Amino acid sequence: MIRVLLPSHLRALAQIDGEVTLDLAGPVTSCSVLDALEARYPALRGTIRGHDRGPRRAFIRFFACEQDLSHSDPHAPLPEPVASGAEPYLIIAAMAGG
Amino acid sequence: MSRVRVLVGTRKGAFVLSADGARESWEISGPHFAGWEVYHLKGSPVNPDRLFASQCSGWSGQVIQRSDDGGTTWEPTGNRFSYEGTPGTHQWYDGTPHPWEFERVWHLEPSLDDPDLVYAGVEDAGLFKSADGGQTWEELPGLRGHSSGPSWQPGAGGMCLHTIILDPVRPGRMFAAISAAGAFRSDDSGQSWRPVNRGLRSEGIPDPDAEVGHCVHRLAMHPSRPDVLYMQKHWDVMRSDDAGESWHEVSGNLPTDFGFPIDVHAHEPDTIYVVPITSDAHHFPPEGRLRVYRSRTGGDEWEPLTSGLPQQHCYVNVLRDAMAIDSLDSCGIYFGTTGGQVYASRDAGDSWAPIVRDLPAVLSVEVQTLP
Repeated sequence: MIRVLLPSHLRALAQIDGEVTLDLAGPVTSCSVLDALEARYPALRGTIRGHDRGPRRAFIRFFACEQDLSHSDPHAPLPEPVASGAEPYLIIAAMAGG
Repeated sequence: MSRVRVLVGTRKGAFVLSADGARESWEISGPHFAGWEVYHLKGSPVNPDRLFASQCSGWSGQVIQRSDDGGTTWEPTGNRFSYEGTPGTHQWYDGTPHPWEFERVWHLEPSLDDPDLVYAGVEDAGLFKSADGGQTWEELPGLRGHSSGPSWQPGAGGMCLHTIILDPVRPGRMFAAISAAGAFRSDDSGQSWRPVNRGLRSEGIPDPDAEVGHCVHRLAMHPSRPDVLYMQKHWDVMRSDDAGESWHEVSGNLPTDFGFPIDVHAHEPDTIYVVPITSDAHHFPPEGRLRVYRSRTGGDEWEPLTSGLPQQHCYVNVLRDAMAIDSLDSCGIYFGTTGGQVYASRDAGDSWAPIVRDLPAVLSVEVQTLP
């Protein structure tokens, strides 16, 4: 089970209350997490990354286990605590705008 | 008794203001989509309970919302806006070629006769349409693909397609306006386009009467007389009597002919409204006095409308899509300001009162007249 936390503006958009939990069949990567997230909540398509697995939006960040994974290979395995559900995968609205 | 519903897009959400035909007591709902910029909302003329809204944010880009109950509840629809084919380039601020990149939807224009058909004017300038109520979008590439397209250059607000007008008499005729390319007309439902800017003169471009490159801020038409168009240009208020084939200036005695919105009285096709703004550098009313100007002669002769509007220390702006007119017998005029006020007049502009005073900066105002 993967735990995902979204920023408040995306929780409101997709009408999500609290943390999202996802069950992934294959490798746990940033890309596979987002695939599963967008499949369950189609309203999120295009708001975290471009359509069709496009690039991460400039002011969205991915954090986990106190690491910034925003610039990591989206197909690289996520840290084991994320894959096991011990730690959440954090989708962050970047500090922007002053 | 008839009702009105005013749809307000702001920098931080949308608001729906409702009243009965007396327009004295208002019910305010919102913010909808709190925290998001809402560039525009508009209702279907066929099914007034169907509304479309464009919301966007720097974090998460573009979202389109649709309501089928007059704005009480909303559902996100499709937000994939992909230019047709290889997009090519337009001019960047420094004169270099710059790839067309979708930024946001500025304006939504529902069809006059099909509740599932809606057009979207976007930045970078392009025209899209959805035939399924906003679920999927396809570009009408004939506009962006016009031979002048590679020479279009953004204005200070971005290269936006901000005005879409559907001719209610001639099927297939539509108008669009782009900052800073100019006005365009299609006679085949948006498949092909040509510039309609003859008579415009803009000192800010190398060739002042060029075919394209004019910073048109807004177009307006009265549905009973679709060959007459009014335009608020960057500078100059203009009029065309031949569906855009030629334009002549009707700024007349305005205190300044810079401004953004222009609109037409619901029952008097020669009565038009503008909000003069000091200049492109000073985006506020002259002398700090907020005045709507009305012409009952289709331009040239203008009178200031001040009753109920602040006449000192007022330094707000009124943006291009932020004025609307209802169709009740005593015509109602509405406009919103960058200071968050939405003003209404129940008597065609003779007197004004704020409906709300402290919204986020207002980006757009539309009104629906309901049975």
